[in-house]
Amino acid sequence: MSKNDFAVIGQPLPKIDAWAKVVGETKYADDLFLPRMAYGRLLRSAHAHARIRSIDTTRARALPGVYAVVTGADLPRVKFGILPVSQDEEALCNDKVRMVGDPIAAVAAVDEETAERACRLIDVDYEPLPALMSIFDSLAHPEVRIHDYGDGPNVHKNVALQFGNVEGAFERADLVREDVFFFEGNNHLPMEQHAAVAQWGADGKVTLWSSTQTPHYVHRLLAKTLDVPAAHVRVVATPVGGGFGGKTDPFAHEIVACQLSKLTGRPVKIALTREEVFYTHRGRHPVLMWIKTGFTKQGDITGCHLRTWLDGGAYGSYGVASTFYTGVINPVTYKIPVYKFEGARIFTNKPPCGPKRGHGTPQPRFALECQLDKAAEQLGLDPAAMRRRIVAEPFTKTANHLTVTTIGLGECIDKVVEASGWRDKRARFGVTAKRPRPASPRKRGVGMACSAYLTGAGTAIYWNDMPHSGVIARADRSGGVAVLCGATDIGQGSDSVLAYVTAEVLGIDPKDVHVHPADTSLTPVDLGSYSSRVTLMCGMAAIQAAERLRAAIFTAVAKKLEVSPASLVARDRKVGVPDDWDKAVPFARAVELGEALHGVLAFPGSYAPPKRAGKFKGGGVGPSPCYSYSACVVELSVDEQTGQVDLEDVWIAHDVGRALNPLLVEGQVEGSVYMGIGEALMEEQVFRKNLHKHPSMLDYKSPTTLETPEIHTILVETDDPEGPFGAKEAGQGPLLPVIPAIANAIHHALGIRIDEVPITPDKVLKALEDKRLGRPGRVGPQKLPLLTFKEPLVVESAFGQPADAIVTRPFSS
Amino acid sequence: MRVRIALTVNDEAREALAPVHKTLLEVLREDLGLTGTKHGCELGECGTCTVLVDGEPVLSCLVLPVEVEGRRITTVEGMAEGGRLHPLQQAFAELGAAQCGYCTPGILLTATALLAEHPSPTRREVKEALAGNLCRCTGYTKILDAVELAALRMGNRESRA
Repeated sequence: MSKNDFAVIGQPLPKIDAWAKVVGETKYADDLFLPRMAYGRLLRSAHAHARIRSIDTTRARALPGVYAVVTGADLPRVKFGILPVSQDEEALCNDKVRMVGDPIAAVAAVDEETAERACRLIDVDYEPLPALMSIFDSLAHPEVRIHDYGDGPNVHKNVALQFGNVEGAFERADLVREDVFFFEGNNHLPMEQHAAVAQWGADGKVTLWSSTQTPHYVHRLLAKTLDVPAAHVRVVATPVGGGFGGKTDPFAHEIVACQLSKLTGRPVKIALTREEVFYTHRGRHPVLMWIKTGFTKQGDITGCHLRTWLDGGAYGSYGVASTFYTGVINPVTYKIPVYKFEGARIFTNKPPCGPKRGHGTPQPRFALECQLDKAAEQLGLDPAAMRRRIVAEPFTKTANHLTVTTIGLGECIDKVVEASGWRDKRARFGVTAKRPRPASPRKRGVGMACSAYLTGAGTAIYWNDMPHSGVIARADRSGGVAVLCGATDIGQGSDSVLAYVTAEVLGIDPKDVHVHPADTSLTPVDLGSYSSRVTLMCGMAAIQAAERLRAAIFTAVAKKLEVSPASLVARDRKVGVPDDWDKAVPFARAVELGEALHGVLAFPGSYAPPKRAGKFKGGGVGPSPCYSYSACVVELSVDEQTGQVDLEDVWIAHDVGRALNPLLVEGQVEGSVYMGIGEALMEEQVFRKNLHKHPSMLDYKSPTTLETPEIHTILVETDDPEGPFGAKEAGQGPLLPVIPAIANAIHHALGIRIDEVPITPDKVLKALEDKRLGRPGRVGPQKLPLLTFKEPLVVESAFGQPADAIVTRPFSS
Repeated sequence: MRVRIALTVNDEAREALAPVHKTLLEVLREDLGLTGTKHGCELGECGTCTVLVDGEPVLSCLVLPVEVEGRRITTVEGMAEGGRLHPLQQAFAELGAAQCGYCTPGILLTATALLAEHPSPTRREVKEALAGNLCRCTGYTKILDAVELAALRMGNRESRA
């Protein structure tokens, strides 16, 4: 279908919630004020690792204005966690704290100030234990155990997978490179701090309004942790003021707010401070990486072997998935015939890491793309042309058994090369430039990198055969259509996408569609706003629901007009035969006819991804209905005297399958580029004396308008057969290439390699100084952890096999 | 100690009884029900809580209400006139400059002050004016575009008048 065949799809429409947002009407969780509401605060651990000998709440309870004080003893003794395999968190710690910031007790009081004061009156007797603050510490001290589960002392997860004979592939190569990289952890830094309001009713049912990206998982875990039937728990996700993965776990404050409400008979709000958000974390894992790749003279990859060590922090969170994600996505981008991956996640006494935009994939992407740049230099190849040559084949399988459908990466590379003036600038700038270099200390460079990302995880967090996303479309006699869906709008525009696809199918205006999202009592389950799954999965479910509704309406209108239903179309708020449009029935009238014939017009739509998980242990992480692709060129200048990097322009081309709304897709791409810049140049979640070094928005540096360059976005459309109207993801993938493109551009400008992020001025100066002294101008990790990886699971490479046919998806008929 | 606070907010006389150390941000949100003003840090670092005091952008988390008694306070709820959106609001909605929308009120008000002083700012001037307002969603691109579009429209309207 060409763009012109659509009425709504492809139009740069405002988001349906834009109007409420620009007038300040949108109610985020902390904007809810209920009558008689109490305010809760959590007492958090001051120690990174300690046994709790006793907790005395007597003084806190005696403070006027305090309604209730709770400790772990007041809650069911049950552990929880987002992944079924990592149930290792307690809402309030009972015996032990594993990081500064671990919640120990909570207070509900007349106001926040009283609650805070009461928290300070709680006496905790700690027996401090040695704090393990790095991967090296944790592995060096197996006698100190942070958890008593996992794949070894302080090893949460240890995985090894091998697809084909990598050693043989290295023997065939003309060039084999081994490189080591480090990617520092960082925080999501959503503008909205987490907040939740709980109301435990006199009927024994509890409602939680929360700024969460995953109301369904919160629903399940509230039932478990509060020991209340799931049928009596309602979770409403309020509009989320920025998520980026930071609000995808169930959190202590959500569970505790419910318990405090139960005890006080009042609604209870708990809103985290910015400092608490930094300690709650679940952000980007710090990852050490070793990558060995074989290349032919022409730049083809003969095989790749990647090792990753993840600093997981104190709890499991999504860590098992994160560990796999550091290994499984790289092969989706380029032809890598054989592949081996070993990864381990280590527990440390720091806030737990989890999913942040790109979940586990920006780190190995940084490693691979910087290594490709080094290989291209050694082989005398243009880095763009080399990448263009090795782009993976569409509709094939990767070495690690992932099925890839459409690939627009070649076109993406061509477009950014063209738009950025790549060839000219590669020749004109940089240390190898033929012309005399400018005398100014500012040196210019351009760098490139590419990436791929999944459009929704192919498997749910808990194994089941149910839909990943569900929609109910209900037509109203007014001509309006209500769409109920569990999806959570975190600013990406999922509510709007539901309205657009429904309006497109039914031939009505998006304004006629009333979207009711994310309420576990009303809306069919959607698994949540993570893994770039929402547009595809909710979109497909909404299309199915709307098509069923349309079919019911068509049979009724066909009867009335005495034509066949197949001859009807719905457009411009009418239903009729195109050749006899004068007789077309207004949509509202068509609904009445439909309701008279069928009764209430409410239809479900369900979506589950095609079942394509590799038939080996670990094959469940990585499969996705389809993958997005991006190519990025960065132009920057670096000051040789100060080490300061200034970005000038970023060109990024993104294969989005089809832009359902180009305005929103551009917004996702621009936001991803911006966030990548922050990670590349300044953002870092680091610790000193067991404490977060800078848990504030002033000291945790993030880019302002002044550090953000002009971003030139180019959308590439490949019309993927798996996506709604051909769409693929846009919200995460475009972050990935930005970081290595910056590192590669710095190398082009100065001839130095900064093999770790963030690339701060001190590292640039250090590399320049080393280069001046005749040493390799490189800053990066010098040592790797001593850890024995598992014996790898050896599976035959599936590289180059044709993709499975676009199979019938579950629930598709 | 609770004190009586009298404020002029969005051209309305408002009163509240609140502890003397409560910030303007808290009084606006909790006592006057004006939750359009948001908070991101409550330490004066992120710009999210920006309101206008006599037309000047001010971080409401760093201001005590007693300091601004008798002065003209504008919050996002006061930007539209008689049901007609301010051109900045219109442009932000049309161009997708509000994603999660949480930083939007503060940015709208900062931009209002900018355009009052510089009706047709350069992109650099817009960037400098908004450098104290963090946004994590948009990469600022659509925000800058929207401010420029609003400036253009406001200029056209004035030159017609």
